[in-house]
Amino acid sequence: MATPMFRFDPMTLPPEAEALRGEVRAFIADHADAMSFSRSGFDRDFSRAMGRKGWIGMTWPKQYGGQERSALERYVLIEEMLAAGAPLSAHYISDRQSGPNILRFGTEEQKRHFLPRIVAGELTFCIGMSEPNSGSDLAGTRTRAVKVDGGYRINGTKLWTSNAHRSDYAILFCKMAQPGEEEVDRHGGATQFLLDLKSPGIEIRPVIDLLGEHHFNEIFLTDVFVPDWLLLGKEGNGWNQVTSELAFERSAPDRFLALFQMLREMVRLAGPDPDRATAAALGKLVAQLATLRSMSLSIAGMLQEGLQPNTESAVVKDLGTRYEQDIPVVARQLFPTEPELEAVETYVSMIARSTMSAPRLSIQGGTREILRGIIARGLGLR
Amino acid sequence: MAIRDETRMLLESMNRLFEDKCTKQVVDAAETGQFATDLWTAVAETGVPLAALPESAGGADAEWSDLFAALRVAGRYAAPIPLAETMLAGWVAASAGLDVSDGPMTVGPVRAGDELTLARDGNGWRLSGTASRVPYAKAASRIVLIADGPSGEMAVALDGIAGATHTAGKNIAGEPRDTLGFDGLALPAEAAAPLSDGVSRAALYRRGALARATMMSGALERAMDMAVGYAQERQQFGRPISKFQAVQQNLAVLAGQTAAAVAASNVGIEALGGDPEREEFLIAIAKARVGEAATLAAEIAHQVHGAIGFTREYALQHATRRLWSWREEFGSDPEWAAKVGAYVCARGADALWPTLTEAA
Ligand SMILES: Cc1cc2nc3c(=O)[nH]c(=O)nc-3n(C[C@H](O)[C@H](O)[C@H](O)COP(=O)(O)OP(=O)(O)OC[C@H]3O[C@@H](n4cnc5c(N)ncnc54)[C@H](O)[C@@H]3O)c2cc1C
Repeated sequence: MATPMFRFDPMTLPPEAEALRGEVRAFIADHADAMSFSRSGFDRDFSRAMGRKGWIGMTWPKQYGGQERSALERYVLIEEMLAAGAPLSAHYISDRQSGPNILRFGTEEQKRHFLPRIVAGELTFCIGMSEPNSGSDLAGTRTRAVKVDGGYRINGTKLWTSNAHRSDYAILFCKMAQPGEEEVDRHGGATQFLLDLKSPGIEIRPVIDLLGEHHFNEIFLTDVFVPDWLLLGKEGNGWNQVTSELAFERSAPDRFLALFQMLREMVRLAGPDPDRATAAALGKLVAQLATLRSMSLSIAGMLQEGLQPNTESAVVKDLGTRYEQDIPVVARQLFPTEPELEAVETYVSMIARSTMSAPRLSIQGGTREILRGIIARGLGLR
Repeated sequence: MAIRDETRMLLESMNRLFEDKCTKQVVDAAETGQFATDLWTAVAETGVPLAALPESAGGADAEWSDLFAALRVAGRYAAPIPLAETMLAGWVAASAGLDVSDGPMTVGPVRAGDELTLARDGNGWRLSGTASRVPYAKAASRIVLIADGPSGEMAVALDGIAGATHTAGKNIAGEPRDTLGFDGLALPAEAAAPLSDGVSRAALYRRGALARATMMSGALERAMDMAVGYAQERQQFGRPISKFQAVQQNLAVLAGQTAAAVAASNVGIEALGGDPEREEFLIAIAKARVGEAATLAAEIAHQVHGAIGFTREYALQHATRRLWSWREEFGSDPEWAAKVGAYVCARGADALWPTLTEAA
């Protein structure tokens, strides 16, 4: 066959991963009060408790506080937590992408400083990529860093930064510039920094989202000084590094489990003996979910082998967001109601939240069109 | 568990064989009613059709998962032979201790509503009822059917269609789907025997569904391969159409659906031989998801090809007409989706997550 076929080899979980599942379920049962349907659950105590279990950065080297457990064990942990609606926001981004990128590109000093704190559930990172004029097109980044004595002086604006208002650090993506230079070169000079959000010159303003909630932010950087030791990787290597960070982001099994509790609620409403049309509509969603899960497990298996399943990850994210966006659509056909966010009936508020959350699913972490572009590249079309 | 080396080797040799022997001419000729004897002989020589049977019954004790992987290759090449049917016929016959044949075999009933009964008649049997849309019934040297006997389901083996009323039919891919009627056909005692080893009509139906799902995943790979290749060759507006973003985005969707179909059929294959209820649930997932993918992907494969894909001359139709046929055979995707839904609803909402994550 001429066309490169994507690899989704079947993967069976090893016994240690299944054993972990039992432990995670017990932990979730002990923390039942912390579970919710809102994805923005931010709960430092919960993160610390997970840290004490060794469940943050669990695949990382022991010398930095990790457990050197497998990607498949991590997969089980994450899927159990997401399906239960655990509040992971205080550590999730650090665990998923910031920590791994530090592990990959950071200095020894950075690894020793940051990783154990992340592992303990004490350090929250956010993602400083998007800007007002640079969304899908990250090469258009205008935030710029100028080399100064002992560090860098940074100016610019970041936008849509989830949880910046509750984070300690951002991995900031920007461009190198000459002193006084306002416009930076599109290509070249891309650089990442570990940005302490308490640095002087940083202002974080809330951006209220469609649901009326404060989830993301705008960050203004005015002559912010970042010391030399917080340069991540190399000056000019930022493009490579941000690509790697996005790969960590996209390979996570979190693109199809955010609405699991709603699917479960729909099964509850259907009752034990639904009519055929209801059964078929629910069964179609369950079949999609089971398939996504199997594909995501294959990805975890590839990560464990040290491969970089970037195209496969884009496929799963694209299919996963489609499935999640279909859930409220199917729900309103099977179980019509007037949605209300604050309703006391679980289902009524779920359909309100999921309907209003749906648009963001195929925007954040790479839009549907951008992901399909990545897949097309994987097919050799671009 | 990753893919085993044996499986890879088998797949490579099956790929080579079909590449060589299952040409467009062979597929076209089969549609005119000529059985693809040379292709069948070459496939039979590999031993694959009967490989799942125990050595005592002429097989090689092969893994079912390997044989289903071979079916994917057969689907990829639109192989106009009853490979899945022969595998399943051998499985049913062997479970009842009936002889298998070296030639092509077929199996039935393939449809849920059909009824076949076996009644005692002295030492022998009388077979009555209808088996509709039996694949390749006329070409088969042995037809293995499951019928209701006096004390439960039994296998019956017939040496061809003699004695049955035979109504020829075809699916929209031109594959023979014949209806066989029996009006008290007299059979010797040794032609029928009780089933064992968990073989049943329900088990046959679901394995048939998984066979079609797996073959569809192969046909989807072919459709995708053709669409991607064509897009890179076909020039319009001074460049290959693959350079147009709208075309790229469509092909990305096609690739995603194809990948999902392969993964979903593997979900079913992994379940083979386990707990029957679990097997049924996971095969239902496979047939439901692959059928969905077939519908979406066939549409895109045609869109990318323009008018050329709408001709008999061009081979895309070998894949797409099979997709449109196979998605209905052994139960459509909505039928199997309803089974998935009924299964999870019967177990209740709180069992949904444990059901999905239950270890193999
Ligand atoms: C809830 C939420 C949370 C977020 N959190 C963060 C965060 O924590 N940190 C962060 O850095 N960012 C975050 N983002 C931003 C997100 O990464 C961007 O929204 C995304 O990359 C798209 O950028 P944009 O919104 O500027 O849209 P644009 O890039 O302007 O795109 C608008 C439309 O044009 C299409 N388009 C753009 N370019 C192309 C092209 N080449 N071909 C075809 N179509 C194209 C897009 O697909 C989209 O449909 C978040 C976004 C949301 C919605």
